Amino acid sequence: MDLITELLVATLIVIGALFTALGSFGLLRLRDFYSRLHSPTKATTLGVGSLLIASAIYFSHLEDRLSLHEILVAVFLLITAPVGAHLMAKAALHLRVRGESGLPPDDLLDGRDRERLDPLAGRGDGD
Amino acid sequence: MSEASVALLTDPAGAVTGPILAGALGIGFLLVSAALLMSLVRLVIGPEKPDRILALDTLYVNTVALLVLLGIHLSTDLFFEAALLIALIGFIGTVALAKFLTRGDIIE
Repeated sequence: MDLITELLVATLIVIGALFTALGSFGLLRLRDFYSRLHSPTKATTLGVGSLLIASAIYFSHLEDRLSLHEILVAVFLLITAPVGAHLMAKAALHLRVRGESGLPPDDLLDGRDRERLDPLAGRGDGD
Repeated sequence: MSEASVALLTDPAGAVTGPILAGALGIGFLLVSAALLMSLVRLVIGPEKPDRILALDTLYVNTVALLVLLGIHLSTDLFFEAALLIALIGFIGTVALAKFLTRGDIIE
């Protein structure tokens, strides 16, 4: 394995691991759920993507043919991360998880959600 | 699993990695393990239910990262199918849990 490839793979691994660790650090240290939602879904996805590119380069070099398994995993993660984040944000809004200000995020809900969540309205159309 | 793969799993000495790549892999293992630990702490302390789902989501993505690093370390591509499966099942788990919190039911 020549020096250039080794350096490239090593750099991508260190960058990827750094972003992965930063994503989890943000998950641990940020103050409310809506902030915490950002770091794992953005930084960690980027970090794992970088690690997978490093792996693709390494195995392409090792086996003298194009290795595309990793790209499959990377594309899958890039597609699913925002979908998962969106669903988790919807769940948090539904449960009225409080933000850093201590207020429930009422102004983020549209009218239909507010009607459904209001116990006095008493009718759920359940879209 | 063939005999060669088993030998590779137990004895990574046959792996073709230079000193720079070995050092980078060491740093990578350390950082990704630290990331797993931090996600685990968030999973335990919560405090809200969506926080725990988010921690589980981060845990499986970190596991994919760790498997990829292990694949490079052992010079084997045995782990990609495992990584792909973990990514798939993890996403389905996240969707199911989030939907359960939102609707109180998974399959309506």
